[in-house]
Amino acid sequence: MTGEPFLSVRDLKIHFPTDDGIVRSVDGLTFDLERGRTLGIVGESGSGKSVTSLGILGLHNRRNAKVSGEIWLDGKELVGASPDEVRRQRGRKMAMIFQDPLSSMHPFYTVGKQIVEAYRVHNDVSKSVARKHAIDMLGRVGIPKPDRRVDDYPHQFSGGMRQRAMIAMALSCDPELLIADEPTTALDVTVQAQILDLIRDLQEEFNSAIIMITHDLGVVAELADDVLVMYAGRCVEQASVDDVFHAPQHPYTWGLLGSMPRLDRARSERLNPIKGSPPSLINVPNGCAFHPRCAYATLNGGRSESERPELTEAAPGHLAACHLPLDRRREIWESEIRPTL
Amino acid sequence: MLAYIIRRLIGAVLMLLLVSLVTFGIFFWIPKLAGQTTDQLAAAYVGKAPTAQAIQDTKERLGLDKPVIVQYGTYLKGIVAGQDFKAGPVVDHCPAPCLGYSFRTSQPVLPQLMDRAPATLSLAIGASIIWLAAGISIGVLSALRRGSIWDRTAMVIALGGVSLPIYFTGLVSLAIFSYSLGIFPGGGSYVPFTQDPGTWFQSLVLPWVTLAFLYAAMYARLTRAGMLETLGEDYIRTARAKGLPERTVITKHALRSTLTPILTIFGLDLGLMLGGAVLTENTFSIPGLGQLAISSIGTGDLPVVLGVTLLAAFFIVMINLVVDLLYAAIDPRVRLG
Amino acid sequence: MSTSETTTDAAPAERPAPSGEPLLQVEDLGKHFPVTAGLLRRQVAAVKAVDGVSFSVRRGETLGLVGESGCGKSTTGRMIMRLLDPSFGRITFDGRDITALSQRQLRPYRRDLQMIFQDPYSSLNPRKTVGAIVGAPFHLQNVQTEHGVKKAVQEILELVGLSPEHYNRYPHEFSGGQRQRIGIARTLALKPKLIIADEPVSALDVSVQAQVVNLLEDLQDELDLTYVVIAHDLSVVRHISDRVAVMYLGKIVEVADRNDLYERPMHPYTNALLSAVPVPDPSRREGRERIRLQGDVPSPLDPPPACRFHTRCWKAQDICKQQEPPLVALSPGHEVACHFPENTTVSATDLVAKAEAGPSGSGDA
Repeated sequence: MTGEPFLSVRDLKIHFPTDDGIVRSVDGLTFDLERGRTLGIVGESGSGKSVTSLGILGLHNRRNAKVSGEIWLDGKELVGASPDEVRRQRGRKMAMIFQDPLSSMHPFYTVGKQIVEAYRVHNDVSKSVARKHAIDMLGRVGIPKPDRRVDDYPHQFSGGMRQRAMIAMALSCDPELLIADEPTTALDVTVQAQILDLIRDLQEEFNSAIIMITHDLGVVAELADDVLVMYAGRCVEQASVDDVFHAPQHPYTWGLLGSMPRLDRARSERLNPIKGSPPSLINVPNGCAFHPRCAYATLNGGRSESERPELTEAAPGHLAACHLPLDRRREIWESEIRPTL
Repeated sequence: MLAYIIRRLIGAVLMLLLVSLVTFGIFFWIPKLAGQTTDQLAAAYVGKAPTAQAIQDTKERLGLDKPVIVQYGTYLKGIVAGQDFKAGPVVDHCPAPCLGYSFRTSQPVLPQLMDRAPATLSLAIGASIIWLAAGISIGVLSALRRGSIWDRTAMVIALGGVSLPIYFTGLVSLAIFSYSLGIFPGGGSYVPFTQDPGTWFQSLVLPWVTLAFLYAAMYARLTRAGMLETLGEDYIRTARAKGLPERTVITKHALRSTLTPILTIFGLDLGLMLGGAVLTENTFSIPGLGQLAISSIGTGDLPVVLGVTLLAAFFIVMINLVVDLLYAAIDPRVRLG
Repeated sequence: MSTSETTTDAAPAERPAPSGEPLLQVEDLGKHFPVTAGLLRRQVAAVKAVDGVSFSVRRGETLGLVGESGCGKSTTGRMIMRLLDPSFGRITFDGRDITALSQRQLRPYRRDLQMIFQDPYSSLNPRKTVGAIVGAPFHLQNVQTEHGVKKAVQEILELVGLSPEHYNRYPHEFSGGQRQRIGIARTLALKPKLIIADEPVSALDVSVQAQVVNLLEDLQDELDLTYVVIAHDLSVVRHISDRVAVMYLGKIVEVADRNDLYERPMHPYTNALLSAVPVPDPSRREGRERIRLQGDVPSPLDPPPACRFHTRCWKAQDICKQQEPPLVALSPGHEVACHFPENTTVSATDLVAKAEAGPSGSGDA
């Protein structure tokens, strides 16, 4: 341990040049993550959260995506590394689970075969040893009778079991970084709860760093230690999970909280949605990208329209990118937002 | 699985019955509707300068005086159990599967078909091997280098291949490689494999390549499109996320999914071709089933035409059955009955 | 009563209580999909997608239908719309039995009965303009409008928060939320009485989802609509519904008023569902009692006998495997089908036994 963070992303930009213009899916993202911690990345569709995760794994085609910035994983820089070098990190050092476990597994190969394949790329072992390992992994993620299910095809599994199998596959090489991209969005609530429990337990067991990408603030509140809120390819707020839910600093975060119908409180009044819809990433609004939808953008004398707010520390360890003065933000949160949640 | 195979086999038999019924109807019943008498039909069998007696004998011998449906029944029975034709005191036995007698040569149809089949088979199988190998590899490479010079050139050539008719490319290649350069023998030089493998091979190279060119172009386009679609699948992303080398991702994960739909089309194409690659056979004067069909249609030799049609239908149905079984073997989702 | 209020009242803060008369009544409704196998494709089994559900929806109220995938909630919605033919049971709409009506006979009812679909991308014809899409029902039903169809359509567009200028645009020019508004506008064209909304917001982003939820509520107040909202998201259902029915494996296990259901859930399955929803409050992460169901929902091909939930229920005893608990009211308006309900002292079984022993005593269930 040199004092360097385990994963460090510095000013990551992922741009896609298209005929209509440059799509700035990720436009300057910086964060750190330690082993054993979970970072929740929250955002709506098109906020760049999934593009970020694929970017960390180096899964963008270098011909149509322009990636710049730095990604340091355990002391190794990945953006400038050769594709083959990044490939050798994938699956071994960092792994990923996806939203739709059915389409994410090859329909023609048995579940066991797909896990064996993942294990054998990075480990020089015989097929029978790898198969034993696959059965072992399936058992660890809670699949009953793993020695029999190992020879089943993905379509013979239920949705929850499939996601467990995906997790088994991702964890087969004992990666230190696990990226979960909406891992429970396609699942039923009771199954979602099982999977979230599983991820939590496995993290304790493996001490891995987890990036949990989701649009569901409930999932974040359940699982994350830190939260990064993304909007139009940039981070607008970053803080500990308690701060984000109990003292959020950015109007977009307020909007997300206000939009959400809740189970834990009876709230018979209307929801407070954010007006409009997320912007196109080709034509990101000038200044603060959120200003056309922000109810407080006019309180800054036009700064929000012209000047892009930088991430600044609102409180120790709490970053937000907003032009509103700190005390004004606190006032709005306490008097206007919090009482309506 | 067994129930599936049996169901498919029953379906295949029904399909053949339907084809035979339709073909039989077209050849024997429709002419009747159009006013052709059984005498005229029988006269066609007798050949040149038919006498009234000969016509009468032929009618009786072939059962042409009976209703069409009875004739169809006899025809079917002939296929299953063989048929006896009484010609006066002599009884000609035509063993099963009997497809009747040719008008023109008065010989049984089946031996004629069997005589012609090897040429067609040689042509079709040889060409299909070339076009599969060429089409798929070109398609895959194009998909992987999408938008590159290679991709664009290949696709332009493929477009040409799809649009140029075989009698054009065939004649051009004959003119260049045979008549001008003399590398390969010209048309009509086909000899059976059993007779002289060397000449057999030499005589087929040009037809193979010409025929394969057309299909390779088509398959290259199909493969490219299929490959591009497969590469966008989630499971390909997963395969990459596992850290598999790109080679493995392509060959083990992407190619297998891409090729399954192509297999279906290949089954159809091959089946069709086994019934006779008419244009190619004609252009290169290969004595195959297609040529037999063409010449029989020209001379109105209905039993032979009917025989070729049935044989072609048989090939198509059988190959499709094989393809579907293969499909079930490849894609576990289509198993189960 | 409530019909006279529609013109004047501009969005009252609290919705007027739904009047008592039921607009939709569903009795013992079921849908079995046949499963065939073997050489002759004989029917060997049936997927019991919906297996006898009964509920009623009062005029002006919103009934939420929740459950996990495969519980039969969407199939139920489709049967009410008569997009699927019921295998058995009865659907009474506005006083008429519509179960057996032919598609032709149904046409007049199509005006009153509309559906909003989940996916705003695939449910709008990309080659038609917004005007054509929203105006289609007028032409289909041959409805005469006072100032022409265009004017009527533009009014509806404004009603759902779109601009009248959007009339000539195509669906692809709109975002997901706006498309869902177009879908809603289409259903509103003929002033329906009942709208079945099948997962109306689940394909939308959180911020946009809230806009559509609010819109549905506003429209209900303004147009005196009755909703059946089918959704898997318990939070959305809690927000939007007056009453909620919980389905499990083709059966309704619990129906109650919204607050009753969420505050005092009686069926163990409802408890498990509510407990499984992640709470957006990190301070409640610890110390919260969690019920975790084991395994998956059994196959509707071969549902467990008697109480269908017994295979996953932590309270199950022998009786649950032998006798199906009836759906009965354990407190006013709160019906539960369970032998051992939570949050109450009575049980369905006792109540039924008591009723049977009481007046007549003829005990054949």
